[in-house]
Amino acid sequence: MSYIEIRNIFKIFGPDPNAALELAKAGSDKEEILAKTGNTVGLHDVSLSVEQGETFVVMGLSGSGKSTLIRHLNRLIDPTAGQVSFGGEDILSMDIPTLNAFRRKRLGMVFQRFGLLPHRNVMDNVAYGLEIQGTDRKTREAAASKWIDRVGLAGYEAKFPDQLSGGMQQRVGLARALATDPEVLLMDEAFSALDPLIRSDMQDELMKLQAELHKTIVFITHDLDEALKIGDRIAILKDGKLIQVGRPEEIVLNPADAYVQAFTRDVNRGKVLRARSIMEPIKPASGTDGFSTAHVVRYDTRLEDILPVALGSDTAITVTGHDNHPIGTIGKKQILDALSVHSND
Amino acid sequence: MFPEQLNVPLGKWVNQFVDWLVINYGTAFEAFADSLLTILVALEQLLRGAPWWLILIAIAAITWHASKNWKLVAGLVIAMFVIGTLGLWDKAMQTLALMIVATSLSVVIGVPVGIAMAMSNRLRAIMLPVLDTMQTMPSFVYLIPALMLFGLGKVPAILATVIYAAPPVIRLTDLGIRLVDPEVLEASRSFGASRKQILFGVQLPLALPNIMAGINQTTMMSISMVVIASMIGARGLGEQVLMGIQRLDVGAGMEAGIAIVLLAVVFDRIGQAYGKRSQRTSSAEDGQ
Repeated sequence: MSYIEIRNIFKIFGPDPNAALELAKAGSDKEEILAKTGNTVGLHDVSLSVEQGETFVVMGLSGSGKSTLIRHLNRLIDPTAGQVSFGGEDILSMDIPTLNAFRRKRLGMVFQRFGLLPHRNVMDNVAYGLEIQGTDRKTREAAASKWIDRVGLAGYEAKFPDQLSGGMQQRVGLARALATDPEVLLMDEAFSALDPLIRSDMQDELMKLQAELHKTIVFITHDLDEALKIGDRIAILKDGKLIQVGRPEEIVLNPADAYVQAFTRDVNRGKVLRARSIMEPIKPASGTDGFSTAHVVRYDTRLEDILPVALGSDTAITVTGHDNHPIGTIGKKQILDALSVHSND
Repeated sequence: MFPEQLNVPLGKWVNQFVDWLVINYGTAFEAFADSLLTILVALEQLLRGAPWWLILIAIAAITWHASKNWKLVAGLVIAMFVIGTLGLWDKAMQTLALMIVATSLSVVIGVPVGIAMAMSNRLRAIMLPVLDTMQTMPSFVYLIPALMLFGLGKVPAILATVIYAAPPVIRLTDLGIRLVDPEVLEASRSFGASRKQILFGVQLPLALPNIMAGINQTTMMSISMVVIASMIGARGLGEQVLMGIQRLDVGAGMEAGIAIVLLAVVFDRIGQAYGKRSQRTSSAEDGQ
């Protein structure tokens, strides 16, 4: 069983959710239910599992239900039907004090428009989660200082949120979420409000932090490039329904339907695809002789880094696995196939 | 002509109700009135007993604390000084005492009511027409039953003032809390803050500029009520205006009117300065 389990979640907004729920379970779609009952279906039978330590990205356009989905994980929103559990613990059956204790100890959340407390300075914002837990001032300020430093805001402790740029404010938001040392980090379009360059910086920063901290991260975005960059796995939502779940390369190479394919068309494949998924595998029986040793790439090399190697080589490039043994080859055909959008149709 | 058979004797019922209140609960109302009176009289004695220059220094100190602006301090001290030169110092102090007690009572009642309204849409739906009534009902209408319950004098004046002046602080407390950024509230909830922690740590601090604006309006309205309150025996500047009207003494009425305006200006500016201060808590640290 996975760490976070979401089972058959339905969320219906409106005056009579139960009537709409019957229709939704019977298979009616969003428009039909809205026309018949005046209720809006936010999530339609969504089931997901998130493993401990992975960065799980939920991607969808506005109205797809992605922000509603992430709010089910800390019960900022309660589902109309379905189950949510963390490590086997059913969070929907928790009473208010238990739920608050769960939120305090085990979850941190980062918001699209930062959600900083405008009347508190950076120090007091970052220390907020610990303050809610009842930690004494000295301890919480020590912890907050550490995280302020870690996200590169040392020296800004006494500044107020409105004195900081968007990128800096979101660093405060990230530090605040990490300061309580939660198991799970929920990030709701955390970088969407930032300028492209700052956004890219923050993505790198998050990936660097994650390489050290190994938190379980659930990250919401409407940007497929962002999803492909930081996600270990990606779930794609449309109109409250789950369309596809998979590793970034699976999404790009095997889009589940035309909707996903439309998204992946503009993706920079060079950054997403790796040697392992475009190579021609070697049959185990054929041994390890006769492969180029001059032009070798590791199995996890990105396509954009393979291209210069391929240009300098007349023969196929050798791909090596974990133990540096050849596991496949990449020739011109494989590269052209990988770069061409319709190669998998 | 509207058919007479359809007349509802509402007036008669209200009279019966008030009579019933007076007969059955007269002593309870008196006890309440007495405690309110004790506070008011003590404050009035303090203000009237204090030397005039001490009051001026106090006004200057409060203004400085609120605004850190010497020009404003000087202006407000001069305004108070002018009231003295009009020969109305003692009456102004009586009005001031009445106003402070009425405003404090309005805030003590109004802020919790406003908070409750912000928490419950149903209560809000009930309270909004009640507040409208409090603000539009001619004050004489409730002065009469207040007189019957509490007798002539200061206490019904305070209660009438509270009925008239409390709505702004109630409305703006409700509004201020409802205007708090929902994402900030979500953030607070996501960290496991309890309702109490959210109310005192997030909602009230962020609603403070609006609440201060409400308190300011409440203060202004309670000053404007002093003239009417004087008709049921409250002393002070209103009494002087009333006397001016009764004797057709335009000059005396004008003097008292000017004094009321000056008093209002002083408290408006102080209130606004505190409002601004609560709005920009961070600007105080800007200088660092």
